[in-house]
Amino acid sequence: MAFDSLSAFLDMGGYAKYVWPAWGLTLCALIGFAVWARMERRQLIRQLERRRRREARSA
Amino acid sequence: MWTFIHKLGSPKWCYSLCGRLQPGFWIAALLLIAVGSVWSLAYSPPDYQMGNSYRIIYVHVPSAILAQSVFVSMAIASAVFLIWKIKIADMAATVMAPFGAAMTFLGLFSGSLWGVPTWGTWWTWDARLTAMLIQLFLYIGVIALRGAYGRNDQGAKAVAVLTLVGVVNIPIIKYSVVWWNTLHQPATFTLTSRPAMPESMWMPLLIMVLGFYCFFTALTLYRLRNEIIRRESRTRWVQALAE
Amino acid sequence: MTRGALNQSRTDAVGAPSATVGLVGACAAQVRRELAVARRRGGEWLNPLIFLALVTMLFPLGISPQPDLLATIAPGLLWVAALLAMLLSLDALFRSDHADGSLEQMMLAPQPLAALCLAKVAVHWLLTGVPLALFAPLLGVMLSLPTAGSLTLIASLLLGSATLSLIGAIGAALTVGLPRGGVLLSLLILPLYIPVLIFGAGAVQAAVQGGFAGPALALLGAMLALALVGAPFAIAGALRISIHG
Repeated sequence: MAFDSLSAFLDMGGYAKYVWPAWGLTLCALIGFAVWARMERRQLIRQLERRRRREARSA
Repeated sequence: MWTFIHKLGSPKWCYSLCGRLQPGFWIAALLLIAVGSVWSLAYSPPDYQMGNSYRIIYVHVPSAILAQSVFVSMAIASAVFLIWKIKIADMAATVMAPFGAAMTFLGLFSGSLWGVPTWGTWWTWDARLTAMLIQLFLYIGVIALRGAYGRNDQGAKAVAVLTLVGVVNIPIIKYSVVWWNTLHQPATFTLTSRPAMPESMWMPLLIMVLGFYCFFTALTLYRLRNEIIRRESRTRWVQALAE
Repeated sequence: MTRGALNQSRTDAVGAPSATVGLVGACAAQVRRELAVARRRGGEWLNPLIFLALVTMLFPLGISPQPDLLATIAPGLLWVAALLAMLLSLDALFRSDHADGSLEQMMLAPQPLAALCLAKVAVHWLLTGVPLALFAPLLGVMLSLPTAGSLTLIASLLLGSATLSLIGAIGAALTVGLPRGGVLLSLLILPLYIPVLIFGAGAVQAAVQGGFAGPALALLGAMLALALVGAPFAIAGALRISIHG
């Protein structure tokens, strides 16, 4: 362990305002991409279902 | 080998293959990034020169490496698409582009945040930063051209040509920027001149890089499936997915 | 090729070379045809020059009219302005030929499309790059660029603008089928222009500072050689995609 306490860890030796935004945005972007891909898939499946129902009705 | 490539060209087969491969990559990415994050943030020792600010390296380097690898992957996919007319390859290139652009931006963002404590400035026209910025514009160009054409075969080919032209130019741009940099300003800080990292520093970095690669693979496989659904939505097997 | 055939290729403004004409003859016909079209358009070739002069004028107004300040930025400034002038002229490179069907004719010709494209780009360079290169030293005098840099400015622009024409033509070919390709074209092409800008402006800077411009000029030449080998095929491929999909 490189830090003595949680507050020292959060402080990052005085570099908190550089380290945390860089880490935060990067991890947020990764999570964001995963969530976006998931939503994209759901939407596509929903579109497929809608079309299927529409075609079943018209048939 | 050839039958494998031909099978890959079939959207249905590729869809199921991606489906089978992707859980493993998601799990690997999650594990590697989680382990790498904890190790690099809490357990690796602080740098004797830069203190704890150097911990930015653990997100900076993976995104910078990915920024280049994604472009090369896009170029390989484009070449496969142009040579063998395999549409899956174009779909793969399509879904990779936004992720690559995001990685390039993140590399710039974390690099600039890192620059404040080490160089004393947000932005310096350092060769690597400048080359990254140019690469970001190359990504934006590729995405914009695809947007202008829409999702059709003509646009796909045009984007493939642009990607290949771009990948040929990346090394030229890189070396000319390095040359320009040495011409204009003496190097103030170079990361390469630091002594080699101890193992407790580079091991978590390696883990993070591998984690990012796994994440990229997993995301590409996942979004490739989305893209297949989108483009093949008229076929019966895709419509059967909705049941 | 006889005089009569040449006249005909001028009058129908298509000039698709027939199978009996060799590669050199076809390229020569293409060059003559481009020159004839340019002559009919009158003073259009002057537009990049006027643009260069206008942009150059903006900088003393926008920054400062101090001669020593202008002299330090003049090499880069002239190069950037010339590069933008080249970029603006590129949008029209294939557009009218696409509209009137001449491009289709070029593709139907038995000679390789890449060679015909190279001839077309060569004329573009002759009518845009060369005038810009010859005109730029004059503006350099207005920016109090030391006279030691003038010859290098001409040489670097001559070499560099040819590369710019070749790379730019790839972008123009990719966007020719799009209704509003102009802005997109600059987005695609400007990142690829950066190496040429670095060495072009670098050569002039070296000459001004009393150094040796040779290495930078040699690198410009190397880039031109590379572009000459690769770009015509990329242009031809891009045109085929834009026209036939």
